[in-house]
Amino acid sequence: MPYDNQSRYDRLAFELSSPGRIAYSLPESDADVATARGQIPAAYLRSEPAELPELSELDVVRHYSRLSQMNYGVDTHFYPLGSCTMKYNPKINEDMARLAGFGRLHPLAPEAASQGALQLLHELAGMLSEIAGMDAVSLQPAAGAQGELAGVLMIRTYHASRGEKRTKVLIPDSAHGTNPASTAIAGYEVIEVKSDANGEVDLGDLARHLGDDVAAFMITVPNTLGNFEPRVVDITEMCHARGVQVYMDGANLNAILGITRPGDLGFDVCHFNLHKTFTTPHGGGGPGAGPVGVKAHLEPFLPTPVVVKSGERYALDWKRPKSIGKLEAFWGNFGMHVRAYTYIRTMGAAGLRGVSENAVLNANYIMKRLEQYFDIAAPGPCMHECVLSAHRQKKHGVTAMDIAKRLLDLGFYAPSTYFPLIVEEALMIEPTETESKETLDQFCEAMITIAKEAETNPQAVLDAPRTTPVSRLDQTKAAREPNLRWRPSS
Amino acid sequence: MRYLPTTERDQRAMLDAIGVRAIEDLLVKIPSKSRLERPLALPPALAETELIGHMRALAATNADSDSHVCFLGAGAYDHYVPSPIDHLVRRGEFLTAYTPYQPEASQGTLRSIYEYQTMIAELTGMDVANASIYDGASSLAEAALMAHAVTGRGEVVLAGGVHPLYRRVVATYCDGPGVKLRDVAAPEGVLDAAAARKAVGAKSAALVVQSPNFYGCLEDIAAAAEIAHGAGALLVVVSDPVNLGVLEAPGRLGADIVVGDGQGLGVPLSYGGPYLGVFAAKSDFVRRMPGRLVGATVDHDGRRGFVLTLQTREQHIRRAKATSNICTNVALCALMATIYLSTLGKQGLVRVGELSMAGAHYAADRLAKIPGVSLRFAAPFFKEFTLKLSKPPERIVGKLVKQKILAGVPLKAFDRKLGDCLLVAVTEKRTRQEIDHFAEALAKAVA
Repeated sequence: MPYDNQSRYDRLAFELSSPGRIAYSLPESDADVATARGQIPAAYLRSEPAELPELSELDVVRHYSRLSQMNYGVDTHFYPLGSCTMKYNPKINEDMARLAGFGRLHPLAPEAASQGALQLLHELAGMLSEIAGMDAVSLQPAAGAQGELAGVLMIRTYHASRGEKRTKVLIPDSAHGTNPASTAIAGYEVIEVKSDANGEVDLGDLARHLGDDVAAFMITVPNTLGNFEPRVVDITEMCHARGVQVYMDGANLNAILGITRPGDLGFDVCHFNLHKTFTTPHGGGGPGAGPVGVKAHLEPFLPTPVVVKSGERYALDWKRPKSIGKLEAFWGNFGMHVRAYTYIRTMGAAGLRGVSENAVLNANYIMKRLEQYFDIAAPGPCMHECVLSAHRQKKHGVTAMDIAKRLLDLGFYAPSTYFPLIVEEALMIEPTETESKETLDQFCEAMITIAKEAETNPQAVLDAPRTTPVSRLDQTKAAREPNLRWRPSS
Repeated sequence: MRYLPTTERDQRAMLDAIGVRAIEDLLVKIPSKSRLERPLALPPALAETELIGHMRALAATNADSDSHVCFLGAGAYDHYVPSPIDHLVRRGEFLTAYTPYQPEASQGTLRSIYEYQTMIAELTGMDVANASIYDGASSLAEAALMAHAVTGRGEVVLAGGVHPLYRRVVATYCDGPGVKLRDVAAPEGVLDAAAARKAVGAKSAALVVQSPNFYGCLEDIAAAAEIAHGAGALLVVVSDPVNLGVLEAPGRLGADIVVGDGQGLGVPLSYGGPYLGVFAAKSDFVRRMPGRLVGATVDHDGRRGFVLTLQTREQHIRRAKATSNICTNVALCALMATIYLSTLGKQGLVRVGELSMAGAHYAADRLAKIPGVSLRFAAPFFKEFTLKLSKPPERIVGKLVKQKILAGVPLKAFDRKLGDCLLVAVTEKRTRQEIDHFAEALAKAVA
């Protein structure tokens, strides 16, 4: 048997299994199991046991501790992943979500006995409304993409309520992939609007597409090149003049807290990613939460139920005849709501503005320090993130992906690569406000080292990563010969 | 502010390096007329000690399953969560990692998802499971859309026992694509096979059954499969995976897609979310599946490694033509389930199912003997059952919560015809003593 040193740890729980080992502790049955079994038709009962691992408790703890050590997280590494806002996730948020009155509360506990939870939801919706300049917020969407779906469905229902049949939604070519995907599920045809070289909306192209058949225009502010769209108010006004609703993808809200508000810019709908701006942890891919805010004219269409306050009592209002319906079985990802609420109550208004100011400062600092070494996708100043291009490095055979992999060796997670799609060899860097100048300097030094290696020793970059638990992985094999579950023979 | 490390001195040095005088100079692209000229109107910032006091006070008003004996179910269950789970998922390397798009620096997450996919496939009896959807209801909605895409048919038939809130989520998702929903009543608490046979036809993309269903009753999945397949439709089964140590894998009974909520697998109740949307299917449909999939492969040096794969189904590649819009899922909840299933293992999951089942049958027997209380349906059940009460269930629930008992879910809000009914769930956590105490309190309340 090979030694399991951490750098070569390669076990799965199934491979550690030994028949007869247990890691659980359950009481003896007070009631009669055999009698209960006898009351269920035999054909409904499991015929062959499920092959789950048999481990001791220490086996479980050590295995998953070791798996965790194969990950980079914000707690261990700088994570300059553009558009993802990988900021520090405060520990107190975790503690608050685990208070028994929140963490162990059943969603169908009587309303009179869930008042604290309902109050928290009501107050959080109010605070998010203020932050975004919106009139109402639904906390129900489970993630940004579901917030988008909710927002577009509300727009659709709104137009239908006015007897208007509009069939298209306009989306810039620089948009996140979820925008067109959510819009398509909502039953719309997606029309792409061009961006100019700076990633700003091509107003001429927008004007050409705006028509009576257009339901909405969906844009990200600041845009995915990290720039504030200077003509955003002109855009929302142009759209409204044609009866078109304007949706703001709030993925980049971390840039503008307390500085400007989507509602004041003319947006009718926007969603929030609580797992970005409001510090709920990403958890390796979720859970997140994607509340959606609307102006008053869309409020009747919010998902059911809505948390309402009457006198000193909080309640779930189900009588919403114009609502688009439900998105999750219950009231949304409450555990994430508790964390975001904790964060906003910790920061206050001045704290949140400080967040955005420092996020913008950090991104501009990185852009400035790297501009000699990499092409800049769009001239600054940028907002909370900057987009570089590896165009120069590619001449030496070094791509954005190679740079990303080399960064892993130098102790950093990678920037987002190949997004936005309109930038060749894009490297999208979002430092967030929670990183210190020292960390930013180290990161810039690493990037400069790689830029120099690309010229003098490209192989060092192409061979990366060498310090991670595995080296570069064969993606083609994974897709051509899908192996999606473990089997004893494999 | 403890989350903002940049000192005034740092700011000065950085502004100098950038070549501007103030942060304000970096915000010039935001038109001045669009600026917020006042501070946000938010409550004042709280110090950590103040905040904890405030949050504890809010939490204390809620009737949680620590302070109360919980018989609530209807899609969320008070199952035991073994201690190691929370210790492990709180490790920052798991908790604060992003989606594993850089696989070399994300093998921990990727391996745990591969284990999760294997365990869910094993439990459900399906070929392949994805990395998760948001919750059981949104998983079912995705299954309805997938059945529509696979069959090219425009109607989905839902058995009356499907959770009414799940049904509402399915309706929301099906609205845009124009998929029609058709319901088959369940007057006896289970699918009426004759009515189902009439409802499922050449237009049907899928028949959806849930077992145990919303009322707690077990459905005849094999019979439903025959009806669905007879009409060329898929069978979608909504299943609670924590029951599948004891109950037959839906895949062995003819399911084409199995969805459900994995909350019972170590995920906290948390007032309804985040939970765990389970999604598994036959391998024929893998390229139409929503969500992320992790696959095994090899690295440059020939060692085993894991990656996100078949990504051309997904929104970040396929955009408007993706199989789903899902991006962020509930990876950390899937990790909880993976650690749960590793902890309970082959024997423990059976034990959880047996204890819940035996407790529920003991409770049903005991409660139905109370004058004014009876079992509403005769169909076999597992860990949850519907009681008919002689007094309004809302009032009973209100009385019992004062005695620290969460008696069950009144069904009036879900189905007016069941306005006199209470849905009661029993997990392995409920002792005989607690059930007896509940019975005594209920007897007094209905007397």
